[in-house]
Amino acid sequence: MFDLLTLQEYWWFLVSVIGALFVFMTFVQGGQTLLYRLGHSEDERDLLINSLGRKWELTFTMLVMFGGALFAAFPLFYAVSFGGAYYVWMAILFCFIIQAVAYEYRKKPNNLYGKKFYENLLYINGSLGIFLIGVALATLYSGGNFVVNDSHLSHWTLSSYGLEALLNPFNVAFGLMLVFLSRVQGALYFFNSLEAPEVTRRVKKVVVVNFLMFLGLFLYVLATILFAEGLVYDADTAVITVKSMKYLHSFMEMPLLAIFLLTGVLSLLYGIYIAVQKNAQNAIWFTGFGTIVAVTTLLFVLGVHNSVYYPSLVDLQSSLTIQNSSGSYYTLSIMAVVSLLVPVVGAYVVYVWRSMDKTKLTIDEVKSDSHHY
Amino acid sequence: MEHTDLLVDWSRAQFALTALYHWLFVPLTLGLTFIVAIMETIYVKTGDIKWKTTTKYWMGLLAINFAIGLATGIIMEFEFGTNWSNYSWIVGDIFGAPLAIEGLMAFFMESTFFAVMFFGWEKVSKRMHLTSTWLVAIGSNLSALWILIANGWMQHPVGMHFNPDTARNEMQNFAEVVFNPNGVSKFLHTVSSGYVLASLFVLGISAWYMLKKRDIAFARRSAIVASSFGLIASLYLVTTGDESAHQVALTQPMKLAAMEGLYDGEKRAGIIAFGVLDSAKKIGDDLDPFIASVEIPGALSFLGYHDLNAFVPGIDDLINGNEKHGIMSIPEKMQMGKIAVASLGAYKNFKKAKDSKHAAEALKVFEAHQKYMGYGYLKKPEDAVPSVALSFYSFHTMVGLGSWFIVLFIISLYYTMTHEMHNKRWLQYLALFSIPFGYVAQEAGWITAEAGRQPWAIQDLLPVGMATSNVATTSVMITFWLFAVLFTGLLIAEVKIMLTQIKSGPEGH
Ligand code: HDD
Ligand code: HEM
Ligand code: HEM
Repeated sequence: MFDLLTLQEYWWFLVSVIGALFVFMTFVQGGQTLLYRLGHSEDERDLLINSLGRKWELTFTMLVMFGGALFAAFPLFYAVSFGGAYYVWMAILFCFIIQAVAYEYRKKPNNLYGKKFYENLLYINGSLGIFLIGVALATLYSGGNFVVNDSHLSHWTLSSYGLEALLNPFNVAFGLMLVFLSRVQGALYFFNSLEAPEVTRRVKKVVVVNFLMFLGLFLYVLATILFAEGLVYDADTAVITVKSMKYLHSFMEMPLLAIFLLTGVLSLLYGIYIAVQKNAQNAIWFTGFGTIVAVTTLLFVLGVHNSVYYPSLVDLQSSLTIQNSSGSYYTLSIMAVVSLLVPVVGAYVVYVWRSMDKTKLTIDEVKSDSHHY
Repeated sequence: MEHTDLLVDWSRAQFALTALYHWLFVPLTLGLTFIVAIMETIYVKTGDIKWKTTTKYWMGLLAINFAIGLATGIIMEFEFGTNWSNYSWIVGDIFGAPLAIEGLMAFFMESTFFAVMFFGWEKVSKRMHLTSTWLVAIGSNLSALWILIANGWMQHPVGMHFNPDTARNEMQNFAEVVFNPNGVSKFLHTVSSGYVLASLFVLGISAWYMLKKRDIAFARRSAIVASSFGLIASLYLVTTGDESAHQVALTQPMKLAAMEGLYDGEKRAGIIAFGVLDSAKKIGDDLDPFIASVEIPGALSFLGYHDLNAFVPGIDDLINGNEKHGIMSIPEKMQMGKIAVASLGAYKNFKKAKDSKHAAEALKVFEAHQKYMGYGYLKKPEDAVPSVALSFYSFHTMVGLGSWFIVLFIISLYYTMTHEMHNKRWLQYLALFSIPFGYVAQEAGWITAEAGRQPWAIQDLLPVGMATSNVATTSVMITFWLFAVLFTGLLIAEVKIMLTQIKSGPEGH
């Protein structure tokens, strides 16, 4: 029904969307880093934690889903990147392992390490975890040190196994950018979901400061992406060559993508503006929409228009494209059928979210609930 | 690309460590979600607030277990990439699909409705809450479904073909992968083992309250649900275990032989009810494999093939071949495998040189031998044999405990129904001490299944040595120890928290 390339593009699109939804959902992580910044008393911090505690699993699951979708659709990426940039991925996973227990165990009597320990785990997850994810995503643009042989088996050429990515300023900026974005989002999430004037009064300043940091980094990252050299894949000969300002060209030749990117950015700016100027509690929906659209576009552009989505820094021809790294036609089409479930899942997530967030959370409700974090 | 044995061993050790840890928490989730759903259903049906307290209490323990289940689970998925990257490429086209479907179908369901189950008591209607609880139970069992389909496929790869151009296996028939008999029996057996474990857990803790002479009514209520659910589940568990053994006999005869310590194949093969292996026993010698043993005649033939007179091949038959029963020897298979590997290499070279005539010839040779390609990577015939001691003892531990659990549930169901359990101290002790044995049986089951599968990552196709990532051994050693320390630290915290919650009881909640 569809040709292979269409399926590959469809799947790259889905992966981009899931990645973008994950980035949006990292408001949970951002929120975790703001615990002491926004919550000045024990009660206030409990309120913040319990508010995030109703959402953190979705973020976690989104990360698992991002991995699963990549595995099913682009198994070569899964093999090359996870098995190569070993330390980075492992570090990311450790940052998420520690998050999973932290909510539930933080306040339980006799929890062995004490409340503060679990709060630190949340902080590490929110800062280091997100930073490293940003670094890993950045390498989709900046590349990795891998070689793929004739049988499609791969190895990394540096024994730092991915940690070398931290030496590249672009990667670092990308990581920090995500951290600041998640903090902006986290603050706006609290603004939206809590009934606690004491706490929400502190939000605005956090938003402004973190947004400015984000903005600076974003401009640098965007400029680098647009003006740096990129790689082009020739679908007929399967040869990869260097092209200057590859992504700028992609956006110029696919104006729709440029419009999406712009829409995303404007929506984000608008959300910040109404939060700061108008005290709009629904600002997160604008910044969230903006984040999702912009990140989807920035990821999607890597896969289409004969781009390379994972350049190899040591052997140009080893670089990954959606064409040379995907599953078979059969698997992609089966999975395309399965993907029809996505709207169903989306619908019940939204439904549950809305019925759980009908009223804003207050400290009294947290205290009266027999099960609270 | 060959790997050093050391790298392979550390990668296996790490996978085994993380999987065994994950499996400490998953079975309880699988069963307890159902148990709380049953309890909440009783509450909604009767409107009796006591059942609500009971439900909420067990849910509290579930939450503690669930959190660490998630923590240990996330690593498992990514380890296929980080530590088994060749594997991920070679079979990712088939293997990745169930994992992705699991995320989409199951994990989202679990994590979405989990929040309602815990925080929604006052926010949504009773019905909606009950539905959410059931959806969590279904979701967790669905996640088991897809992961076990993936695992069943490793034990018995179906529905795919090898593509010589991409040098990987590609999916050809999704339905075959999903309805793989090996996966189906695995799923049924594994989820029922979860129900059994959760029943043991609830029963044992209820017995502890009875021992302490507190919360008796609550304990009795819980014990009734646990004993009846547990009895049904454990009877079902034996049936599905029998089916699992049948599947193993059909597709993994070497595993079956190792599970039973059977060296010389025979008709009317017996099951060793109890046995001590002789460590001096070598493949092909005349030594009795057992120092001491008690045998049930004919039982293995029956368990494996559902026929008392069926021939069950032993390890020696499988290695040296047995013409009478049409078994090809391992050296022969290795020979064929080497031809397959060589002709595949030749095919590639000819193709590169654009010599399509010779390429087609090489491909023909390859296709004639590809069934045995995996054997081409083995170094010596003995490599095809898994650890007999590990397989034998773990299998027998599981089966022995499984039989005990049935007896336990029968007795406890009887005495809970007659209102006498609270003054039968011996029974209370037995129930309490059976909890850890539930976990032992669980872990033993997986060791049987996974250690018995060696040396194959994918049965007959891909030996573990070919499947690992090309990373430095030290990197894997480092992460192995990090996992060991982190998971152990979290486990200790979990157990302490759990015990404290149990001590504080349903009222202290
Ligand atoms: C409470 C735990 C428990 C108990 C009491 C039993 N099992 Fe089990 N068994 C499992 C928990 C388990 C498991 C952990 O769920 C395994 C690991 C892999 C799998 O498929 O299920 C398993 C595997 C497993 C296998 C290996 C399947 C394979 O290699 O693919 C066989 C043959 C059996 N079981 C058979 C039995 C029999 C005949 C039992 C008789 C009572 C029994 N099990 C009780
Ligand atoms: C080795 C293969 C396995 C992988 C890759 C894996 C992966 C995962 C992951 C990523 C999670 C976290 C899910 C989330 O975000 O909600 C998880 C949890 C879970 N897994 Fe596994 N898992 C494995 C083995 C198993 C098996 C064999 C079963 C069931 C028979 C199972 C059942 C579950 C369940 C029920 C959960 C829910 C959380 C909990 O444990 O309490 N998993 N698993
Ligand atoms: C959660 C329950 C599981 C447990 C406790 C478990 C246990 C183990 C153990 C003990 C090993 C090491 C075997 C050896 O080296 O001798 C192993 C290896 C492995 N298992 Fe599992 N396993 C589980 C589920 C799964 C599932 C569901 C899958 C696949 C979907 C899987 C895939 C693998 C792979 C790829 C390896 C490494 C290769 C190998 O050594 O065979 N496991 N597992």
